[in-house]
Amino acid sequence: MINEIIFMKGYGLYVWAAFSFTLISFATLYILIKINLVKEQNKFTTKFGLLDKEKVKVAQTQSTNREILASRIS
Amino acid sequence: MFKLFEPNKIFSINLRITKYILFLFIIVLSIGLVEALFLSPEDYIQSHSVRIMYVHVPSAWIALGIFSLIALLSAISFIFKNKNFSIIAKSLAPSGFVFNIIALITGSIWGKPTWGTWWAWDARITSMLILLLFYAMYILAWRIFNEREKVTKITSIIAILGAINVPIIKFSVDWWSTLHQNSSINILSESTIHPSMLLPLLMMTAAFSLFSLLIFLMKYNTELIKIKNKGLDRL
Repeated sequence: MINEIIFMKGYGLYVWAAFSFTLISFATLYILIKINLVKEQNKFTTKFGLLDKEKVKVAQTQSTNREILASRIS
Repeated sequence: MFKLFEPNKIFSINLRITKYILFLFIIVLSIGLVEALFLSPEDYIQSHSVRIMYVHVPSAWIALGIFSLIALLSAISFIFKNKNFSIIAKSLAPSGFVFNIIALITGSIWGKPTWGTWWAWDARITSMLILLLFYAMYILAWRIFNEREKVTKITSIIAILGAINVPIIKFSVDWWSTLHQNSSINILSESTIHPSMLLPLLMMTAAFSLFSLLIFLMKYNTELIKIKNKGLDRL
């Protein structure tokens, strides 16, 4: 039973290689996109922290800015 | 109609639904994998190698679908000068590109046991390779050019030109004598695939679609935060 699942009558190498390549590609793409997202969020938080009080007030009027900051906290 | 696609609205929705889509993707993918690898029957000619179809075919469908969408959005963005549509198109590209690579690589792996070769310069495979080149040019253009108007124009031209290749890919197996088999699934006529194989195929297609949606949402958020970062500089 286990042997049949692994070897698949001689086609196991091809089948497992195709599925593994797909899943590894998914994981790689997800990690790369996630790293980029977190990097931009961190950059935004740092820049926001450097703003003076007046500029913070202006920036906070935009809902997206508030959402970005909130998403970093959670 | 364009108000429906306002970046602020999409961003707000994105933040809330991303984790649910990831959760749903894992569930659908797990069921799809069990169906594709263990429960679906082997083919009477291709034996177990037919299982490669469950990753190869959905990847090719999604790569084609995403490029068509990119071309449509680019055309709209180009005609109506809508900046947000070009950001949506840009955010769709990474998953389309990766699905195109998966379709080519898994096709090549499938080709070895069925055709006896890893690669053939056959109409379907070659046109899919050309699509990959268009994806690469589209993504590179966004990286190379900085000026907003110029990059929108160049990427729109690449996407629209690349879209000409989409019907060529679809009908290549009918127009030319190719190694690649004809479509087994037809929307307008009866499909020639057995339901026991159709179910895992649809399940994997659903899982792959969810994954491309997830990547799109994350990429779109990244692009929007990048714009907001530039906005903070200008304050």
